Amino acid sequence: MDDLLARTAPLGIRPLPAMARFMLQARPATLAGVPLGIVLPPACRATEAGGRAALWLGPGAYLLRTTPADGPALAAALEQALAGQAHALVEVSDRLTALELAGEEAAAVLNAGCPLDLDLAACPVGFCARSVLGKAGILLWRTGAARFLLEIERSFTPYVHGFLAEAGREFGG
Amino acid sequence: MSQALRTAEGGRIDRANPLGFSFDGRSYRGFAGDTLASALLANGVHLLARSFKYHRPRGLLTAGSDEPNALVELARDAARCTPNLRATQIELYEGLRARSQNRTPSLAFDLGAVNDRLAPLLPAGFYYKTFMWPKAAWKRLYEPSIRAMAGLGRAPTRPDPDRYAQRYAHCDVLVVGSGPAGLAAALAAAESGARVILCDEQAAFGGTLLAEDEARIEGGSAEAFRAASLATLAAAPRVRLLARTTAFGYFPHNMVGLAERITDHLAAPDPRLPRERLWQVRAREVVLATGAHERPLVFPENDRPGIMLAEAARVYLTRYGVRPGTRAVLATAHDGAYRTALALHRAGVEIAAIADLRGTAGGAWPAAARDAGLPVRLSTTILGTTGRRRVARVDLARLDADGRCGVVEPVPCDLLLMSGGFTPSVHLFSQSRGRLRFDDTLQAYLPDTPAERTHVAGACRGLVALADVLADGYAAGAAAAQAAGCNRAPSARPFPVTARESPAGGMLGALPGNRPGARAFVDFQNDVTAKDLALATREGFRSIEHIKRYTTTGMATDQGKSSNMNALGIVADALGSPIPAIGLTTFRMPYTPTSFGIFAGAARGDLFEPLRMTPMHAQAAALGAVFEDVGQWKRARYFPRAGEDMAAAVARECRAVRSACGLFDASTLGKIEIVGPDAATFLERLYVNAWHRLPSGRCRYGLLLREDGFIFDDGVIGRLATDRFHVTTTTGGIGRVLAMMEDYRQTEWPELDVWLTATTEQWAVLALQGPRAKDILAPLVEAVDLAAMTHMSLAEGRIAGVPLRLFRVSFTGEMGFEVNVPASAGAAVWEALMAAGAACGLTPYGTEAMHVLRAEKGYLVIGQDTDGTVSPDDAGLGRMVARGKPDFIGKRALEAMAARPAGGRQHLVGLLSETPAQVLEEGAQIVAETDGARLGHVTSAYYSPTLGRAIALAMVRDGRARLGERLRVALPEAPAREGHAVRVVAPVFYDPEGARLDG
Repeated sequence: MDDLLARTAPLGIRPLPAMARFMLQARPATLAGVPLGIVLPPACRATEAGGRAALWLGPGAYLLRTTPADGPALAAALEQALAGQAHALVEVSDRLTALELAGEEAAAVLNAGCPLDLDLAACPVGFCARSVLGKAGILLWRTGAARFLLEIERSFTPYVHGFLAEAGREFGG
Repeated sequence: MSQALRTAEGGRIDRANPLGFSFDGRSYRGFAGDTLASALLANGVHLLARSFKYHRPRGLLTAGSDEPNALVELARDAARCTPNLRATQIELYEGLRARSQNRTPSLAFDLGAVNDRLAPLLPAGFYYKTFMWPKAAWKRLYEPSIRAMAGLGRAPTRPDPDRYAQRYAHCDVLVVGSGPAGLAAALAAAESGARVILCDEQAAFGGTLLAEDEARIEGGSAEAFRAASLATLAAAPRVRLLARTTAFGYFPHNMVGLAERITDHLAAPDPRLPRERLWQVRAREVVLATGAHERPLVFPENDRPGIMLAEAARVYLTRYGVRPGTRAVLATAHDGAYRTALALHRAGVEIAAIADLRGTAGGAWPAAARDAGLPVRLSTTILGTTGRRRVARVDLARLDADGRCGVVEPVPCDLLLMSGGFTPSVHLFSQSRGRLRFDDTLQAYLPDTPAERTHVAGACRGLVALADVLADGYAAGAAAAQAAGCNRAPSARPFPVTARESPAGGMLGALPGNRPGARAFVDFQNDVTAKDLALATREGFRSIEHIKRYTTTGMATDQGKSSNMNALGIVADALGSPIPAIGLTTFRMPYTPTSFGIFAGAARGDLFEPLRMTPMHAQAAALGAVFEDVGQWKRARYFPRAGEDMAAAVARECRAVRSACGLFDASTLGKIEIVGPDAATFLERLYVNAWHRLPSGRCRYGLLLREDGFIFDDGVIGRLATDRFHVTTTTGGIGRVLAMMEDYRQTEWPELDVWLTATTEQWAVLALQGPRAKDILAPLVEAVDLAAMTHMSLAEGRIAGVPLRLFRVSFTGEMGFEVNVPASAGAAVWEALMAAGAACGLTPYGTEAMHVLRAEKGYLVIGQDTDGTVSPDDAGLGRMVARGKPDFIGKRALEAMAARPAGGRQHLVGLLSETPAQVLEEGAQIVAETDGARLGHVTSAYYSPTLGRAIALAMVRDGRARLGERLRVALPEAPAREGHAVRVVAPVFYDPEGARLDG
C-alpha cells in the first residue's frame, strides 16, 4: 500500500481533508423546502454554497458534505426541520474519503477506468454521478472544467489512488 | 549489405534518416518510414519465414495487416519479446532486432521442412486419421510431438515489463479507416460539428492515397489532398486522430474496441508511456471505411518467396521506393496488375510477361501497358513455379477456347506478382452482426443490413473509382453526423478526380490446369491447399463452416483475409453450387492479433484487485498477524508469536478468549442502517424473525431467506430507535443483501417509508470477547451503563473520546461486546483497548480462532455450513421462524416444504471422530457404515483446543434422527467404508446451555 501512495505524488491528484458527510433520503416532496443553506440539486448535479454541498445520488437521495465543525449543526438543523416527516438522515463521514483530480488531462486519466462521457457537453461543471473507476465504485463530481472530486469508499482509497497514479504516469504525473 | 533494390528517389521514406537493423543476426540498413518488410526487400531479402505445417520457405505476400506469411519475432530484450508480428506492420527503428520463426536450425536450412516431403501423408484432417493407433501412443508420443511442432512463434517466458493503458471514449462518429472514404467521412462529420474519432491501423493516415501517384483530386495531387484533409482534421477541436490504432472488435451498442500501439515503433520509448492502449469507444454512429484486400491466385507452388500480390508490389515501389525484384512476371485476372507492371517498368524492372487468365483485357490500364510495349499474354494460366528459396521460373500455358492448357512455356523471373481482384473488408461489419449479401457482378460479399448504427463507405462496400469512393465517404460521414444529432449540414463537395479508368476484373477459386500432385495454396498461414478443400468435399463436407474446421482454412491469425473467398470459390466449384449457397464463415474479433496486455491494463500487481484493509490493519500487521484474503479484504488470520506455528497460535488465542479475553477485528462485517417509520415493517417482511416488538436497545439474530425458502444471509440486527435499525450482514453477503433489500424496497413495497444506507465502512468493529470483556471496557466507556447491558442489548455512548455503538453480542459463546466506532477512530480505540486489557491478558485473535470458537458453539457460517439449499429447519434454526407473521420472503416456500412428506432432508449436526485428534477434511463425504450410502458432507472441521479434540459440523441426511449413530467419513484415497469412524452428536460442543454468555 505504501508504494501505491508513494506513486501518487504527481500533479493533480490530491487527497482532501476529512469532511462531515450525511446521507439524506426521503420522498422528494418532503425535501423540497429543507433548510440546508443551499438549494438541493436536480438529477446528476451537485450544488455548493458556504462550505456545504449536496450531491444528487438518486430520486430523493443526497450526499451532504460539510466541514467537520459544521457537521453537528447541519444534522441538528435537518432533524429539526424534518421532525415529524418521514426521512432518513445517516452520518457517513468516515465511510468515504475524497480526493481531487485536477489538470488538463484529468478527464483522460479518469477515463482510464471510468466509462462516463466526461466531455463538458455531457458532463458540465456541477455534474455528479456514481460510477466506477477500474474495480472500485466512485462518486464523481465535476467541480471545474479540469477539476474533479471523487468520493471513495474508505477501503478502496489506496486502490483508487494507485489506479489514478498509474493512469497519470504518461502525462508526467 | 547495400540497399541494392532501393530506387534512386521517390517514396515516403526519409532518405536523410538511415537506420540500422538486424534480421536473424545479420545487419541491414533501411530508412525511417520503412517497414521491416520494405527494408528487407530493399536489401533483396525475400525469404522471411517458414510455413506452419510444411515448413515451406515463405516471403512477403502483402504490404499490409493481411500478411499471412511474414510473421517474425521482435526482441528488445529477454522479456520484451513479441512473436508472430507481421513484418509488413513493423515500423523500422534504429537497432531493431527481428528473428524468423518456426525453423530449426535456420531459416535457410530447416529440419522441419521434412514435412514438405511428407505432405502426401498429411492431408486435411490428418490428425483425426493418423494418430489413432496405438491408442497409448497418443499421450506419450503423438500429442507431445505435435505440440512441439505446432505453433509459429514462442511466447516469452518472463513477466511483461511493459505497461498497458485503457481509455473509455465517446464520440458522435467513429470513422474506421483513413483511406479516401474514411478521410472524406471524417471531413464531412467534422464539418457537421460532430465529435469525431478517426482511427487507422497504419502509422500514416491516407490508406491507398499513400501510394496514389497518378490520380489528381480537386485539381491537386492525392498527397496534397491527403495533407490538406489531415490538416483540416487536426485543427478541428472535436476530432481525435488515432494512428497505429486497429479497430479490432465491434461489440453491441456501437462499442468498438481499438488497439493503439504507442511505443512499438520507437527506438527508445519514454518509460512513462504505455506500450499499447485499449480504447473502448462508445460511438453514436460508426462509419466503416475499411477498404478491400487483394486476393492471391490459386495455382501450383504459388507460395514461394518472390511471389506476392500485384498491388503490394506497387505499394513497395511507390510508397517505400523499393523494387521488389528485377525481372517480373505478372499473373492476373484483374486490370490492377497492369498498373503495377507499368509502375515497375518505369522503375526499371524488366517485365517478362503479363499473363492474363482472361480472353480480353480492354480497360485503360491494359491499353496503357500495351502502349508501353509490355508483353501481354491473354488466356494464359500458370502451371507451376520453381525456385527453392526464391521464385526462379514460372511455367505459363495458353488456355484454348475449351479451357485446356497448351504447351508449357517456362519464363525465368525473380518476381511473380498476382492479382485475383479485391475482397471488400467486411470483417467489422460482420462482427457487429450486420447481414452480408453476395454481389454477383462484383463476385463479393458486401454489407447489406446493418445490425448497429453503422454506415459503410468506399471499397468495403464494393466501390472502386476514387471519385465514387470520396463522394461515398463524404456522404456517409454527413449522414452519420446527422443521425448522431448534428444539425449543421456540411457544404457540398463534389471531389473532382482526374484518373485513368479504375481497374476491373477478378476471379475466385483455383486456376485451371492444377497439376496432379502439385500444391496450390489457398490459406498460406495454415498451409491449406486447393486439394485439401477438394478432399473435404469428397469426404462429404458441404457447409463452409464444417470445411473450415476440417481443413483449418481461414482459421489462422489472419482470419482468412486472403483466403476465404478463394476457398469458397473452390468449394463452390467442387460442389457445383453457387457461392451464396455455400455460405460464409462468421468473422470474429480480433481483426488482427491483439496483445493480452491491453485487456489487463492496469490490473496487475497491487492493482490487480482492490486490496481492502480495515482501519486496524496496521495494528494487526505490527503484531505480526498473518493475513488471509476474504473476498477483496485482507483479514488477520492469526497472530503467531515467536516459535509458534498456526496451530499453536490458534490454540493460544482460543484459550485466551475462553479464559480471559480476546480482541478481534470484525470491521468487514456488512452493515446497513435502515431508517424510517416503516423500518420495522420492512424488516418484518424481509427476515423470518419478528421485529415489531423488539424494543429499542435490544438486538436479535436475523435470518434472511430467498424466495425459495433457503438461507440467504444472517446477522445481528440492533434497534437503535423506533424508526432506526443497525443491521449487520456477512462480510461476503453485504452486496447482494443490500441489492435485494433495495430491490424489494423500490419495486415491491414502494409504499413503505423506509430508506437504506450502506454503513459498512463507516464503522470500525472491535469484538471484545471473553469473561474479562466487561472489566476491560468499563474504564474506557462514557455514558453507557455496562452493568445493565445483558446479552443481545445495545447502547450508544462514547469510548476513548469518540462516538460509540456498543453491542453486547457473541460469536464465540463467551460474554462479549462488539465495539463500533467511526472508522477513523478504529486504530486509536484498538490501541486503547489493548492497553486497557494488557493486565487481563487481552489477546488479539484472528479469523481462524474465530472459526474454531464459533464451531465449538455450533454457530453456522453462511456459505460454509450452508450452500444455498439449506432451510432454517435444516440448519436447526426452525424455531426462529415467526410463523404467525402474515408474510416474509420465503414463507410460501417454507409452507410448501412443510407440506411435503417428512424425512430425507439434510440437517446440521456435529461429528466427533473416534480418533479424537483426527481433524476431518472439510467437504469430505459422509457415508452410512452399513451400506456406504452417501448421507452428506463435512462443512466445518477444526481441532478444538478447549475440548482437546477434533470437532466437526456436517450436513447429514436426517441427521437429527441419527444422534449417537456411527458413520464413516470417506478419505480421498480409501474406499468409503474404510473412512474415519465418527459419531453424530448435537452441533453444540461447548456450553450447550449458553451460561457463559451471561458472563
